Amino acid sequence: MAEPGSRPNVALFVTCLADLFRPTVGLAAVKLLEKAGCEVSVPRGQTCCGQPAYNSGDRTNAAEIARRTIPALLPYDYVVAPSGSCAGMIRKHWPALLEGDPQMSKLAISVAEKTWELTSFLTDVCGMQSVDAEYDGVAAYHDSCSGLRELGVREQPRKLLGTVKGLTVKDLAHPEECCGFGGTFAVKYPDISGRMVSDKADDIEATGADLLLAGDLGCLMNMAGKLKRSGSAIKVRHVAEVLAGDTGTPPIGEGEP
Amino acid sequence: MSKASRDAILGKLRGSAIRDGDEASARAAVKARIKTHARGTIPARSKLDRKGLMNLFAEQATAVDATVARVAAADDVPAAVADYLRGENLPTTLRMAPDPRLDDCSWDKAPMLDIAYGKAEPADQVTVTGAFAGIAETGTLMLISGPESPTTLNFLPDTHIVVLRASEMVGAYEDAWDRLRVTGRMPRNVNFITGPSRSGDIEQTLHLGAHGPRRLHVILVEDDG
Amino acid sequence: MSVHEPTSHNFPENARKALGNKTLQRGLASAKVGFRIRRSEAAARLPEFETLRDESRDIKNHTLAHIDLYLEEFEKRVVERGGHVHWAADAAEARETVLTICRAAGAKTVTKGKSMISEEMGLNAFLEENGIEPVETDLGEYIIQLRGETPSHIIAPAFHVLKEEVIETFREKHTHLNPDRVIEEARELQDEARQVLRERFLGADVGITGANFLIAETGSTVIVTNEGNGDLTQTLPRVHIVLASLEKIVPTLEDASTILRLLARSATGQEYSSYTTFSTGPRRGEDLDGPHEFHVVLLDNGRTDLIGTEMQDVLRCIRCGACMNHCPVYGAIGGHAYGWVYPGPIGAVLSPSLIGVEEAHHLPAASTFCGRCEAVCPMRIPLPKLMRHLREREFERGIPPATVRWGLAAWAWLARRPTIYHLAMRLPIRLMALLGGRKGRFRSLPLAGGWTSQRDLPAPQGPTFQAMWNARGGRREASK
Repeated sequence: MAEPGSRPNVALFVTCLADLFRPTVGLAAVKLLEKAGCEVSVPRGQTCCGQPAYNSGDRTNAAEIARRTIPALLPYDYVVAPSGSCAGMIRKHWPALLEGDPQMSKLAISVAEKTWELTSFLTDVCGMQSVDAEYDGVAAYHDSCSGLRELGVREQPRKLLGTVKGLTVKDLAHPEECCGFGGTFAVKYPDISGRMVSDKADDIEATGADLLLAGDLGCLMNMAGKLKRSGSAIKVRHVAEVLAGDTGTPPIGEGEP
Repeated sequence: MSKASRDAILGKLRGSAIRDGDEASARAAVKARIKTHARGTIPARSKLDRKGLMNLFAEQATAVDATVARVAAADDVPAAVADYLRGENLPTTLRMAPDPRLDDCSWDKAPMLDIAYGKAEPADQVTVTGAFAGIAETGTLMLISGPESPTTLNFLPDTHIVVLRASEMVGAYEDAWDRLRVTGRMPRNVNFITGPSRSGDIEQTLHLGAHGPRRLHVILVEDDG
Repeated sequence: MSVHEPTSHNFPENARKALGNKTLQRGLASAKVGFRIRRSEAAARLPEFETLRDESRDIKNHTLAHIDLYLEEFEKRVVERGGHVHWAADAAEARETVLTICRAAGAKTVTKGKSMISEEMGLNAFLEENGIEPVETDLGEYIIQLRGETPSHIIAPAFHVLKEEVIETFREKHTHLNPDRVIEEARELQDEARQVLRERFLGADVGITGANFLIAETGSTVIVTNEGNGDLTQTLPRVHIVLASLEKIVPTLEDASTILRLLARSATGQEYSSYTTFSTGPRRGEDLDGPHEFHVVLLDNGRTDLIGTEMQDVLRCIRCGACMNHCPVYGAIGGHAYGWVYPGPIGAVLSPSLIGVEEAHHLPAASTFCGRCEAVCPMRIPLPKLMRHLREREFERGIPPATVRWGLAAWAWLARRPTIYHLAMRLPIRLMALLGGRKGRFRSLPLAGGWTSQRDLPAPQGPTFQAMWNARGGRREASK
């Protein structure tokens, strides 16, 4: 634990989707964490939280990924991920995965206990009340299922978004409805996933928002993909980008103008 | 066939069930739980005095489409029945439970009521029964089967009238079970009735009177008789 | 219609058909909204709701840990009252048992209250084959029986049927009624069903109900209805048969009352159903009505295989339907797509557990693990976790296609080796970004057909985060 008065040591768990598809989300997360007074490091020993293997029933590989990653995350006061599902995986599922492993079990619990989703970490741990950002527009906010139900992330991003100058945040008619991503579900059962994301897109369009925000890139890529396919002009971004004031890059699913 | 399956099933369950202690302590635990029949959490809403319970019952029962009339004494019941039937344009021919508790209502005061006793016949339009208890928590009537309270009276007619006394009112289901245990017998049927029969099976629209009565009228007798 | 042959193996095709079925979609749209709002309001009106969920879970867990002892106790009490308990290892044995009782009673017609166990047993078709006419009396079940369909929801079995279709069916089947009669409104349809079924109730030789609970303390069986059909089914005929699976047992009347506070609220948003009935044995000597015979058929059919395993929690289910009412997958495809008796999240766990993962492997796979089912389950059944256990079983048996398993294995191999991973991913990601071009997304992409059939795939930005972090000399270790 950090000594009182010193800056907390935070390991950024950047997540595979942010690392590979949208690194600016990682940079925005770092910016926000530093603003909140944290010293941020990005341990090399990370790749993926193991969800794809875990949810496909491949417990062995999921446990092995967790086993290899835990040592990299141990030396920190906190582990923060810009993703409810990845933070949820580490926090809720790594201990269960390594329960039977006498060496790793306690370490898994130790890492789990200090792992947080980004926005809830900023408000609930760092006590952040507001951000300095500006964004002129109307945003709809989607609650990702893992963040919502595993970690209780709901009010925190809304609280911070409420302080973004010029931004109005609208609630969806069905904010707690799954967007249909579900990892491999989206490609294994495309018809059903397609229906779910189509309903979600209708809900988003009906709000009249010009911007869609959420805290998980899986959901965001799914929803952005559908909105773009339907010809929607709605811009899709990760909530960290708006909170950090980093909206210079093209939104998700769009190229340079 | 059944015996062999019984032994196989029980044997398998005994072998697989995960529980603390040995066979003897498991048996003891089961015996104790049944003997103690402990209650779970009772909703606070029904922790009221008698008057409060009567009001809660009336409110809850009305919310589920039962109708409730309140009278001061058993003597007022026949007139209340007659009034109700007149108001609903219903026939004054009744099938009544042969229940001694209904005897003190002075039915001769309402001579227009044509009363026959016994179990319900298919042609019966209106029945009148007492109740073992009223459960204020959800506005529910507890009726038990017996020679004085045949079950068919609760289900066959279009209209079911129940005379419920203040002394029969309890707050929660568990209080009613305690009262039943005092009688020392478990009847063939215990019916918890909460409002009239209903169904929403056709296009999710709710209509009363699916198979059971479409009208449930409760006459609450305020006196503690 | 034959015994419930599962079509779960055909789930993707079933789902596709369901998605294109406009009638079904209309029914789903209205049904799910109503159920969700009403459950939410009912839960909000009871401050003790969450505490009762914990207590109910604990009651069932205790009971399952001692299930053999409680079932023995139940049996003793039933027999004491002059009733009979029959133990059936599987559906075939259960069917034979019911047939034997019906034959002994000389039954021609049997009325039925709603029972998922009777669906699981394939009872109706079997009785018909043996010259006995089963008549479903729950309005929804009656409608689908007339239409030769199966239930698509465990509480509202006919929600997929439009009013116009009910009118058509009644006109076609109620041939003894005046063909010129007006039946247009739901009210009129319900009254007609009441009239027709009243005759069947009165004429039945045997009445068969399910049981939401079996009470060990008293040897009672409990049914929960709104229509009163279950009560007319069990009270009027000479013989009452109760069909119940083993795990319906609870210890005491108080235990049942605790759980009953959650059942109607979770199912329909009512505080209590119109009729909740505890039945204990046949009529007593002095009773004026009631059946002369009382039989309980206890069905195993795979439940004993779940006791003491990581799947045991699924046996806490009280059949409220809340999980399917809140499931976005069920909400998109309805109940029939699941291909067997139990739909929705509970079906996704129970069906493979009872009929095998080979037949039903799609069901636990077709979930996003959004977690809503677990959030609303009154018995706190960890449905996503149980689905994951089934996925593990499927993975072990090699059920997912080879391409999927190889893809996962490759990903995991890389993910366990960060240095190689970070280097190896740079080029393909850079390439993908270039291919994504000015649009920044793909309409189609080789190997990504499942994704791009439904939506575009956003292109990566180009550099990986790890590469960018290296480039700017970002901190890699804590400074203490």
